[in-house]
Amino acid sequence: MKNIRYFFLLFIMFALSLNACGLPKVTPASTARTETPSPPPQKKLTPSPSGIRTLKVLTHDSFDISDALVQQFEKDNNAKLMFIKGGDAGTALNKVILSKESPPADVFYGVDNTFLGRALQEGVFEAYDSPALEKVPDTFKLDPKYRAIPIDYGDVCLNYDLEYFTKNNLLPPQSLDDLAKPQYKGLLVVQNPATSSPGLAFLLTTIGHYGEKDYLSYWKRLVENDVKVVNDWESSYYTEFSHYGGTRPMVVSYNSSPSVEMISSDKTVDKPVTAALTTDDTCYRQIEFVGILKGTPNADLAQRFIDFMLSTAFQEEIPGKMYMFPVNPEAKLNEAFQKFLVIPAKPANVPPQDITTKREAWLKAWTETVLR
Amino acid sequence: MKRILFWLIPIAFLATFYLYPLVSILKISLERTQTGILTPVLDVFNSISMLRVIGFTFGQAGLSTLLTLIVGLPGAYLIARYRFRGKALFRALTGVPFVMPTLVTAMAFDSLLGVHGWVNVGMMSIFHLESPPLEFSYTLWAILLAHIFYNTTIVLRIVGDYWSRLDPRLANAARVLGASQFQTWFNITLPLLMPAIAAASLLVFIFDFTSFGVILVLGGPHFATLETEIYYQTTALFNLPLAAVLSILQLIFTLGMMLVYSKLIANLARPLPLRSQMLVQRPFGSWRRRIFAVIVLGVLLTLLILPLVSLAARSFIRIEGERGQLNQPQKSFTLDFYRQLVISQKQSAFTVSPATAIAISLGYGLSTVFFSLLLGIPAAWSLTQSNLSNPDRHTRMSQLIGVALNAFLMLPLGTSAVTLGLGFIVAFNHPPFDLGSSPILIPLAHTLVAFPFVVRSLTPALQSIQSRLRYAAITLGASPRQVFYNIDMPIIGRAVLVSAVFAFSISLGEFGASSLLARPEYPTVPVAIYRYLSHPGASNYGQALALSTILMVICTLSMVAIERFRVAGMGEF
Repeated sequence: MKNIRYFFLLFIMFALSLNACGLPKVTPASTARTETPSPPPQKKLTPSPSGIRTLKVLTHDSFDISDALVQQFEKDNNAKLMFIKGGDAGTALNKVILSKESPPADVFYGVDNTFLGRALQEGVFEAYDSPALEKVPDTFKLDPKYRAIPIDYGDVCLNYDLEYFTKNNLLPPQSLDDLAKPQYKGLLVVQNPATSSPGLAFLLTTIGHYGEKDYLSYWKRLVENDVKVVNDWESSYYTEFSHYGGTRPMVVSYNSSPSVEMISSDKTVDKPVTAALTTDDTCYRQIEFVGILKGTPNADLAQRFIDFMLSTAFQEEIPGKMYMFPVNPEAKLNEAFQKFLVIPAKPANVPPQDITTKREAWLKAWTETVLR
Repeated sequence: MKRILFWLIPIAFLATFYLYPLVSILKISLERTQTGILTPVLDVFNSISMLRVIGFTFGQAGLSTLLTLIVGLPGAYLIARYRFRGKALFRALTGVPFVMPTLVTAMAFDSLLGVHGWVNVGMMSIFHLESPPLEFSYTLWAILLAHIFYNTTIVLRIVGDYWSRLDPRLANAARVLGASQFQTWFNITLPLLMPAIAAASLLVFIFDFTSFGVILVLGGPHFATLETEIYYQTTALFNLPLAAVLSILQLIFTLGMMLVYSKLIANLARPLPLRSQMLVQRPFGSWRRRIFAVIVLGVLLTLLILPLVSLAARSFIRIEGERGQLNQPQKSFTLDFYRQLVISQKQSAFTVSPATAIAISLGYGLSTVFFSLLLGIPAAWSLTQSNLSNPDRHTRMSQLIGVALNAFLMLPLGTSAVTLGLGFIVAFNHPPFDLGSSPILIPLAHTLVAFPFVVRSLTPALQSIQSRLRYAAITLGASPRQVFYNIDMPIIGRAVLVSAVFAFSISLGEFGASSLLARPEYPTVPVAIYRYLSHPGASNYGQALALSTILMVICTLSMVAIERFRVAGMGEF
């Protein structure tokens, strides 16, 4: 019996001691932190004699950058870039919020305007009014305090397969209302807004277009019209979309998708094979932001990285790497984009503060109406 | 006393890398309620949709388990009672699905039954159909089939191994005394097998109960289980208190099941008169038995192996149909996808050659082997001591401890992966464990998954060592260390090898933790596959297929090695 008691005692003591020293202390340090940024110990930052500092950049999974640019930044700033991919945009943000007591990186890229409210509310970012922001149009600057700095944007719009509509002698849809009409029954595939950011963008489009009162009844009509909901953009586009051999000729995607089709096609194509519906109030503009994480010991280097992200060199790389578009108007687009890209004149408007306060409620209501 | 020391290492490991992150994340989550801790609890139990989620979680797990048993039991019978050529290979093949990452499984089923799958493409071209006739993905069938695919091997192994050592003379006696075949099966064999069937069902149920990727990827957005609901509440709604309550609820359910399972397994360890397999098994003999065997093996291979073969075939065959005319596809043999894998296309800072990814995966696999043996050998050793019948008065108590410890070390398998993943992030980026984004976290997370299986395959081998041999050695003056090296080590050597390979293949196929913790410059093979999948273009998809096929081949070789070295009749679960 003695043995057993001893054993449990040891075990419990061990577990307790771990927790006692491990759990973040509930200190009222959040105010003190801003004045005296108590930096976490720097031992992790690959100390090197030449004084090269490491900048940790946390991003979502879709972030991409060329090797050449990375090397250039590293050379210019005598620094080393270390990228950490934190999952999809939502997961990466959660990671940042949950570990804000000891930030996992210096810079976080990948909050979009649907998550912006959550990020600002949780106070994860430090303000930085980058001089490079001067050129950026004001419509992108959603955070007046410059804690979140816009980098790129893209419009989520309905795409359709031109070939299908010609072959079946059907007029392509002209409005959101059309999608609920009987001649388009069973033709639309969308993404689950809970797991996909274009999916959420499309939900917001319907809220902006029909208002909070009527968007759910619109979705009910879509469900009656046999809309298909899938988890992510990849399966909607590459599996369900008729252009890729699926059965649905209408899919929620980006305004850039038709141009990307032309750029990435193996054969040379001179006219588009898919098209995007870009009429007023049918698209939702996603803007992606970067921010300096509070408590970083490398704030100066982080600021230089943000200037770098706003520079034409990086901004011009965005369309080819991430299929989004530069906020810096000086950055030039490649030819196919210049020729075929249609930027919607008036995307659907949902006030950012509404998104912050009602996002969860909207998602819940949508899930109950459409999925359950 | 010594047993406690042996247990100290694994317990310390579990406390550090399981309990500590779990408690950290649950604490942080629950602290975020503004309205008191009871609110999220009430939210769960007052919400009809939550109760429906809980109901569906149990329902789909129950149905999956039932189907897995129906599929697995005839196979277990064949393995147990007959000698046939290729049996070891068959056992090895049926084990491969168990270690496949979900995204490979999803691709495999898609290549067979999906919109562009062989079945649909074939039926469209035979019957000249306009659209694919079979709808598979996002149905309940997809979930059930995938669960059968993953877990049938558990039934084959646990029940098959136990059955193969069951004395057939009892059944023979019943037959002699005039019982019909059915009566014998129902009154003699089934009751004797019951503990093994119960243990296998329970383990299968636990895996189905907590399965995440299968529900999310193959089931689609319309199905919600506790685990996918935790993910939804965490990521989409950021309702961490509710997610924490759901995780705790799930944990309570699985803990209960693990305790029962461990108790059942402990009973299996010292069963009724067991006989050597040589005396129990025979060749098929009659044609009727042969046909029965062909049907059973055929069904099993179709369900467990055909999807994988179909995926592999896709990596060699390019299917090109002019758009909108997939009913007349052109098929041609190609090695392009493999060729593209080798050509390095360094377009971005994150491009990593597949060879590097394989090397990284092998490295993590070997580290996982190291860690899980380091922890597993002492744990299995002390478990054995508690199970051996030492006729002193503490026996019952120490047995109970054995069961509790067993359940405890299985617990990480039944814990919400979403919650534990967040826990890793929260717990290990500040002192006392400032591991940041250190690569060591990945093999440690893999060890958490592999460790229980290592203990499971080591324990029976250790138990098979007769104490008399040890006592003889001790009497002849051997030190405890000498006893271990000269008596125990040779016997458990093979078991160690088997568990090492098993840990290795679990590490190779693991995706969840790797994708969350891997640095973008150092992806594992499943993470690299995921990256190919999420990039546009047919060639990326082809490369994902090719790399998956390579992963399958490595895992198959591992499974064959396990069959080659394992001590007959000793399972890994």
